[in-house]
Amino acid sequence: MAVKALSEYNFPAADTQDKFHGNQLLYVGWDDHLMFCAPFAYCIPPSTKFSELVEKHLPHSFGRHPEWAKVDFGKAVWLKSGQPFQPDMNKTLAEQGLKHKDVLRLQTPGLNGNGTYF
Amino acid sequence: MSTVFIAFQTNEDTRPIVESILADNPHAVLDEQPAMVKINAEGQLVIKRESIEERIGRNFDLQELQINLITLSGNIDEDDDQFTLAWKN
Amino acid sequence: MDMKANKKKLGLKEKYAHMTRGLDWQTTYQPMDKVFPQATFEGIKIHDWDKWEDPFRLTMDAYWKYQAEKERKLYAVLDAFAQNNGHLGITDARYLNAVKLFLTGISPLEYVAHRGFAAAGRNFPGVGPRVACLMQSIDEIRHAQTQIHALSNYNKFYEGFHAGAAHQIERIWYLSVPKSFFDDAFSAGPFEWMIAIGFSFEYVLTNLLFVPFMSGAAYNGDMATVTFGFSAQSDEARHMTLGLECIKFMLEQDPDNLPIVQKWIDKWAWRGIRVLTLVGMMMDYMLPKRVMSWKEAWEIYFEQNGGALFNDLAKYGIKVPDCITQCTVDKEHISHQAWCTFYQYAHASAFHTWLPNAEEMDWLSAKYPNTFDKYYRPRYEQWREMADKGERFYNNTLPMLCQVCQIPMVFTEPDDPSKICYRESDYNGEKYHTCSDGCKHIFDDEPEKYIQAWLPVHQIYQGNCWPEGTDPTAEGFDPMAKVLEWYHIENGKDNLDYEGSGDQANFAAWRGAATQNT
Ligand SMILES: [Fe+2]
Ligand SMILES: [Fe+2]
Repeated sequence: MAVKALSEYNFPAADTQDKFHGNQLLYVGWDDHLMFCAPFAYCIPPSTKFSELVEKHLPHSFGRHPEWAKVDFGKAVWLKSGQPFQPDMNKTLAEQGLKHKDVLRLQTPGLNGNGTYF
Repeated sequence: MSTVFIAFQTNEDTRPIVESILADNPHAVLDEQPAMVKINAEGQLVIKRESIEERIGRNFDLQELQINLITLSGNIDEDDDQFTLAWKN
Repeated sequence: MDMKANKKKLGLKEKYAHMTRGLDWQTTYQPMDKVFPQATFEGIKIHDWDKWEDPFRLTMDAYWKYQAEKERKLYAVLDAFAQNNGHLGITDARYLNAVKLFLTGISPLEYVAHRGFAAAGRNFPGVGPRVACLMQSIDEIRHAQTQIHALSNYNKFYEGFHAGAAHQIERIWYLSVPKSFFDDAFSAGPFEWMIAIGFSFEYVLTNLLFVPFMSGAAYNGDMATVTFGFSAQSDEARHMTLGLECIKFMLEQDPDNLPIVQKWIDKWAWRGIRVLTLVGMMMDYMLPKRVMSWKEAWEIYFEQNGGALFNDLAKYGIKVPDCITQCTVDKEHISHQAWCTFYQYAHASAFHTWLPNAEEMDWLSAKYPNTFDKYYRPRYEQWREMADKGERFYNNTLPMLCQVCQIPMVFTEPDDPSKICYRESDYNGEKYHTCSDGCKHIFDDEPEKYIQAWLPVHQIYQGNCWPEGTDPTAEGFDPMAKVLEWYHIENGKDNLDYEGSGDQANFAAWRGAATQNT
C-alpha cells in the first residue's frame, strides 16, 4: 500500500549502490556464533574475489573467535537470502551474482561454541 | 474486570490524598515503591474532594492532584466533587 | 459595572466550556478546509468535533498555575542537589551511564514531541484536541529543558554529558533508533501522530520508560533525575488521557476509521516496543540497585495494564496487535541481546559498559530462568575470560542494521534463540533487510517511506560521518577515529569500559574526600 500524503510521494532511496564510491554492500553472518551480536556489513568492490572475502575480510571480523581457526571452508554451507548458495572462490562477487545488499549466512556444522552459541 | 491504578510521588502533599483514597475505596491495594506510591483497584477507583479536605483542613481543588501525579490507568471522569478512574468491562 | 460580586464560581465543566470550546470560531475569509489542509488526507472521517471529550477539563489559566507550582518544586530540589554535592550521593558512578543514555536518547525526543504536538494542534479543526495538544506541546519543551538543566549538573563532574542533546541525537548509531521513531511519526499526518505518540508511546509504553526509570533513579540515590522525571511524569497522566480520548474519538466518529486506526496501533506498538529494547537493557544491566527486571515491568505495565486497555477498546472492534505473540517470547531476551551489543561496540558508544559480576549474573538467572543461563551467561563468561587475559573483546566490523527500527540485526528467531532473525523485502530492484516480521510488515506497507532511512552504518560507508573538511585519501586516515570525532565522543574518556574510566576514579576520589578529613 502506498504512503498517504498531501501530494505526490516519491523520494530517492538513501542507499543505492552509486553512493558507495565504487563499492557495494554485502552482509555476512556466521550462524550459531553470537559472540558477534549481528551479521556484518562490508563495503567492498564488486570485483572482490570470493577467496579474498574468505581469506581477508571475514578473518578480520571473526578471527578472535576460538572456533574460527577450525572452520573448514571445504565443508562450510552458505545461504544467500536464506537459500542454498554455492560460492566459487575464484570468481568475484559480481561474477557470481552477489549484488549490492545481498546477505550471506555461513554455516559450519559441528561448530556452535560447544553448544552455547557463543 | 480489569485493574485501574493511580500513582503519586511520595511526599507530604500526597499522604492525605492516599489516605483518603484508601478509606473511600476499601478494595484498593497499596503498592509502595521507591519515591512513588501506587494504588491498584479492580474495576474502579474514586477520589473524593471532601475526604481530602477533611484531612488537610482546607479547600482542595481536585485539579491539584496533577501536581504530584505520576501515572494512571483507566477511563477518567472528573467533576468538581470527584475524580473517577474505571474500566467498564 | 454590574458584575455581581457574590456570583458563585463557575463549575469545572462550565468553566471548561466557556474558556475552551467557547473560544473557537468558524473562518470566513478562507474556507475551513484550506485553513486545515491536513485534516482529511489520512482517510480519518470526523463528523462532529464537539463530541471530543477532555476528561481533565483543564483551562489555560489553571494550566499555568499548576505548571508553575511544578517548576517551583523542581527547581528547589535541583538547587539543593547542586548545593549539597548531590552527585556524590548516588550508589555508584556506574549508574550515571543510564542517565547518559537518557539524556542523549530521550531528552531530544521531548523536544521533537514539543514540535510535533504544536503541529498536531495547529492541524486539528476541533478546539478540544487543539487546546490539549497546545498544552502537551508546552509540557514537552518543559521536559526537554528541565532534563537538560537537571543533568547539566552532572556535566560539571562526569564524562559523556557534554554533547548529548545538541549533536549526538542526529549522529550516533544507536540514537538513530529513537530519533527515527519520532521522525517516522512526525512525517505522518496529525491523526497518525496522535496514535504513534499520544496513544502508543504515551499511553501504552511511557509507563515502561518513566516509572521503572525514575523508581530506579530514586533507588540509586539520584534525586536530580527522580525529580525532573516525576515532574515530567505528572504531565504524563494528561498526555495518556489525550491519547486514549483521541483513539476513542476516532473510533466513535465513523466505522470506516477502525481499519486505519488498527493498522496504526499495530505499527506503532511494534515500533515503540523495539525502541524500549534500550530501556530493558538499562533496567536489567545499568542500575547498580535494581527495582524490578525488564520482564517484570513488561508483565505489569504492558501485559496487565495494556491488556485492560485492549479489553476496553474491544467494544470498538480493536484487536490486540499481532506482535504481542512475539513480544511474549522477546521479553526474556531483548535486554540481554542489547547489552551484549553495547558491550562489544562500547568503543563507539557515548557511555561506559561492563560485564555483569557474579552476583548480578545470579540475579539475572533468577529473573530469567528460561533464558539467561542457557544463552547469555556463557557469553559473559567467555568475554570475562578474554578480558582477564588482557584481550577484552571489541567488535571491529560494523553491523548490519534493520531498515525500519535501525537496531543492529541482533534479534533472534521467535522459535530459536540461537539463530539471528533475517527478513528481507525487494522493492524497486533493491534489497531491504529487517529484524523481524513486525519490522518487515511495516516496511512492506510503506516501502517508499523506509527506503529513505538514514542508516548509520550505511552513512558511515558513504563517507557522510566525518567532520567537515576531512580528507579520506590522506595518509594514515583512520575512518573510525574520524567518526568518533564527528559523534563528539572523546575517545578514551566517554567510551570503553567503566572499569578504569575517569568517572570511576573521580567518583572514588571525591566520595573519599567527602567522607574523610584527609
Ligand atoms: Fe514528555
Ligand atoms: Fe527492526
